[in-house]
Amino acid sequence: MPTVTMTVNGRQVSGEVEPRTLLVEFLREGLGLTGTHVGCDTSQCGCCVVHVDGKSVKSCTMLAVQADGAEVTTIEGLAADGQLHPLQQAFHENHGLQCGFCTPGMIMSSLELLQRNPDPTEAEVREWLEGNLCRCTGYHNIVKSILAAAAAMRGTAQAAE
Amino acid sequence: MYNFAYHRPRTLAEATQLLAANEDAKLLAGGQTFIPTLKQRLAQPSDLVDLSAIAELRGIREEGGGLTIGATTPHAEVAASEVVRRVVPALADLAETIGDTQVRNLGTLGGSISNNDPAADYPAGLVGLGATVRTSKREIAAEDFFTGMFETALAEDEIVTAVHFPKPEKAAYAKFPNPASRYAIVGVFVARTAGGVRVAVTGAGPCVFRARELENALSADFAPEAVEGVSVSADGLNEDIHASAEYRAHLIKVMAKRAVAAAG
Amino acid sequence: MAEKGIGAAVPRKEDHRFVTGHGRYTDDINLPNQTHAVFVRSPHAHARITRIDKESALAVPGVIAVFTGADAQADGLGSLICGWMVRSRDGSDMKAAPHPVLAVDRVRYVGDPVAVVIAETLQQARDGAEALEVEYEELPAVTSVDRAHDGPLVHDDVPNNLIYDWELGDAAAVDAAFAKAARVVTQEHVQNRLVPNALEPRAAIGSYDAGSEEFTLYLTSQNPHVHRLVMSAFVAVAPEHKLRVVAPDVGGGFGSKIFIYNEECVVTWASRKIGGRPVKWREERSEAFLCDCHGRDHVTKAELALDAEGNFLALRVTTKANLGAYMSTFSSAVPTYLYATLLAGQYRTPAIYANVRAYYTNTTPVDAYRGAGRPEASFLLETLIDKAAREMGIDRAEIRRRNFIPKDAFPYQTPVALTYDTGDYEATLDRALELADYKGFPARKAEAERRGKLRGIGISCYIEACGIAPSQVAISLGAGVGLWESARIRCTHTGKVQVLTGAHSHGQGHETTFSQLVAEKLGVPYEDVEVIHGDTASTPIGMGTYGSRSLAVGGEAIMRACDKIIAKGAKIAAHLLEASEADIEFEAGVFRVKGTDKQKTIQEVIFTAYVPASYPEGVEPGMDESAFFDPPNFTYPAGTYVCEVEVDPETGTVSIETFVAVDDFGRVINPMVVEGQVHGGLAQGIGQALLEGAVYDDSGQLLTGSYMDYCMPRADDLPSFEVHTSPGTPTATNSMGVKGCGEAGAIGAPAAVINALTDAIGQRVEMPATPERVWRAIRTSSMPQAAE
Repeated sequence: MPTVTMTVNGRQVSGEVEPRTLLVEFLREGLGLTGTHVGCDTSQCGCCVVHVDGKSVKSCTMLAVQADGAEVTTIEGLAADGQLHPLQQAFHENHGLQCGFCTPGMIMSSLELLQRNPDPTEAEVREWLEGNLCRCTGYHNIVKSILAAAAAMRGTAQAAE
Repeated sequence: MYNFAYHRPRTLAEATQLLAANEDAKLLAGGQTFIPTLKQRLAQPSDLVDLSAIAELRGIREEGGGLTIGATTPHAEVAASEVVRRVVPALADLAETIGDTQVRNLGTLGGSISNNDPAADYPAGLVGLGATVRTSKREIAAEDFFTGMFETALAEDEIVTAVHFPKPEKAAYAKFPNPASRYAIVGVFVARTAGGVRVAVTGAGPCVFRARELENALSADFAPEAVEGVSVSADGLNEDIHASAEYRAHLIKVMAKRAVAAAG
Repeated sequence: MAEKGIGAAVPRKEDHRFVTGHGRYTDDINLPNQTHAVFVRSPHAHARITRIDKESALAVPGVIAVFTGADAQADGLGSLICGWMVRSRDGSDMKAAPHPVLAVDRVRYVGDPVAVVIAETLQQARDGAEALEVEYEELPAVTSVDRAHDGPLVHDDVPNNLIYDWELGDAAAVDAAFAKAARVVTQEHVQNRLVPNALEPRAAIGSYDAGSEEFTLYLTSQNPHVHRLVMSAFVAVAPEHKLRVVAPDVGGGFGSKIFIYNEECVVTWASRKIGGRPVKWREERSEAFLCDCHGRDHVTKAELALDAEGNFLALRVTTKANLGAYMSTFSSAVPTYLYATLLAGQYRTPAIYANVRAYYTNTTPVDAYRGAGRPEASFLLETLIDKAAREMGIDRAEIRRRNFIPKDAFPYQTPVALTYDTGDYEATLDRALELADYKGFPARKAEAERRGKLRGIGISCYIEACGIAPSQVAISLGAGVGLWESARIRCTHTGKVQVLTGAHSHGQGHETTFSQLVAEKLGVPYEDVEVIHGDTASTPIGMGTYGSRSLAVGGEAIMRACDKIIAKGAKIAAHLLEASEADIEFEAGVFRVKGTDKQKTIQEVIFTAYVPASYPEGVEPGMDESAFFDPPNFTYPAGTYVCEVEVDPETGTVSIETFVAVDDFGRVINPMVVEGQVHGGLAQGIGQALLEGAVYDDSGQLLTGSYMDYCMPRADDLPSFEVHTSPGTPTATNSMGVKGCGEAGAIGAPAAVINALTDAIGQRVEMPATPERVWRAIRTSSMPQAAE
């Protein structure tokens, strides 16, 4: 079996995997990082979104061997030193989650949006979330959370200047 | 998923060799269609040859006034490329409509056209722009490349390396997405080129095709109104739970009109 | 109001674990020495099983065991049941056919489980399942409820596939009213079949401990005690006291995780068969489409009789309901007691008659899905009333106003069994119309026309019966169980409070809302309250969460357990304060001798209860009280939704421009959570109206078997919603005055959307109103013979 080595949430990890092992399976079963979820088998629900080399991808549609040598960030790696990331904080404050199952993917997906576009409009947020399904919130508070996080992150960025 | 051997060659030559040496080997590009297919056990390759580490297959550059895009360039890169935005903005717009963000981050031009899904977007762009597909063996005109539903002119051991797009005078893509899958129910790519007007339609038939009656009308007058008088036949168009052939025929006109309007 | 007490928009306690990836769903649990199960399912809608060759799968590396229906039968496993008896109008019992946990001899829908393959790894179990040779002899199938009566028999001993032919109401009075009506408005419509699609797929891990002879089942369940009851009393997997069911974090339910399904019974039973190793199963989404119960699927004819002024005289309804291949747990109640009893809506229609026929077909079983019967009733009434208004030239708000039950008429006995306790329908209508700027609509329509768009506005005034249910009423109507709820308040030495509830949270935020309730009631810090749910080993026996009942029924049980804590605390405080118990008052966490400054905090009293140095005679030590609450009536949330749509006439695409919801939920504990519940319900209701629909072909294959073909609402399909929860009329059914909010959005939204669309294009389109359907309707509307 091939051995894969990657940096997951800042920590270098290695493991033997069958080539057919999906990245999400490696994260969940190999590394015990069960915050990344599987909600469908056609690459549409987005519950499994993680970042690979800084870009959001669906970890159910990528083989673990493809991520060999990559930097992977999962929902578990987002809060730094116990401080929630502004997106995590905003989802909490704005009730952007109910059952929580889609939440890690929602947050990891919107993280890339805010990296690319720090001041998105509501329409841009809604369009961006095309690859993430939620059945609980009607998206209303998810959109609100992302806009709130964007504002908070802009505020922090300005304060730092 | 069935198990397979995995290879990540560094050069095209190495990839070609792996493909030739293993009868049931398949290429893996972005995997956004292929991995779901594998998960459903609808394919059983002996070997997967991952093209992602071959530097020469990736990238966007201007060439002869047009664009050349490497086969493993992801849709997101095309959509965000300043070069593409400047030379053929319609192609960036098209790339932006494919799948969702995460699919665009991994899915590639070469993967998309080699799969030739009848509802994929890129085939319309290639045929509409009169692009040329470059492979490990030869160059193929886009119209000759797409031969049928999920079928292309590629030989078993042939690898798409890049696509060259000539610069059109004007072009635009209008898509009516399937509300569930967001693939095209009908996508129409319209281009006015030095060689005439080209209208390529995806989603509506078993394979991308040129709508000659629309091309004729638009050649006479490249304006949205010119589409009105054209009659698009429903014969041979796709029919499924999402859209009848008749509705698709109607949408071809509507999307053509919108594409012409967007092309300006 | 305390800072985090009743009425405060407190951000949820449960969020931290979910936003950091530390939730614990069933699939996140892996037990030592665990095996993996994959179910082999019928590819045919209807077939005889002629041969199963177990050896073919057992030969696959890693495969441990293969079990079939014959094995389950040999072990004495019983049938899955439908727990609500509905009787036909001739007095006969419903025809509940056996529902084996693994098919025996016959399969009746695509996805019907035929065998389970258990292996060391999931991949090996998949390999084994693929290798298992099963031979079938195909039989003719029926999928549509319209063809069920004369179709091939799904169960040989159920003639015409007719499960029951049920009625409610006074047929003679309705006939008499129709005879003298100035106007009769008729509508035939389809309630589209929906797939619930909680984002977390179902999963189960069964394990057996040979030492204690106990079974443990981790499960995606909305009601672990109901699972335990049915699995022990009917399926005979394990004795009830030897079966522990744990529903950890559950990723949404919407009804689909109420029911007792085949797979959880099988993995629990199979664990013992293979010597006690845990057996884990997690469904694929494509399995979920085939095997999780679907919702709705009615065909209805409705007739409304009116006088010349537009007053409703009578309503007559005939509905055929598709219940699928087997009767699921609560399926029989959905198109009957949860549907026809709501046909009065918010109106004083004096005579109503409904006839409902339920049929078996070769499709996935159909059961409760968010709203369950009430969306069907609300849609029927609200679209029919719109049609009457159009045909009679009466404003659509006005015809409703004219027929509302006036606010001084409560309690109000409807002609379909229910007694509404409170409501002010005109107030919610007025507020909604104002917020939606109903008066300004013509200008917006004209502006849209200039842009080439068709704009429409739609009103829907829904009502629902929630807080399910008064046990005696439910049992008299056929329920097999009481529907009370339980709670236990367990205080600790240090004054912390554990709330053990029989309700189950799978997104509703009980940990927060219940903490707010208890914090306010007992006057303890919100942070000192812990809500525990979902484990039959630790929580009192409860009936679970569905029917918008958790707060109205479960919350009241908590309040009553708190009352017992306070009552006991008063005895202890009286003793400590050397006062008479009658002189003790309790407020904001403090026991005080009336009119004095002598007091003890509740924490001091609790400590005394555990360390009774000085203690009243005859009082037991400890502070741990339980209560069960059985509501005297349902609650009746109601409201008005106003939707505005724009239609692109060239493509038929409908976009929701604005959506205003004004709901009367009575008193609101956490407005943020309540609004979130409404948002989610609205999205599902809009999904039903415009996007979602399960489609079978005639051979019984599900054509919408994945997200590629079944259209789930996405963020860009929806607008931001305007949701308001006042003015409210608190109910007296519980001490909090709460009515329930979980289903309202899904109940009221479909009619609001469809009425808006009808207003825009001039005729009603069946749900889901897909672009092509709308485009076709616009084309026929513009033709001269256009008429519904």
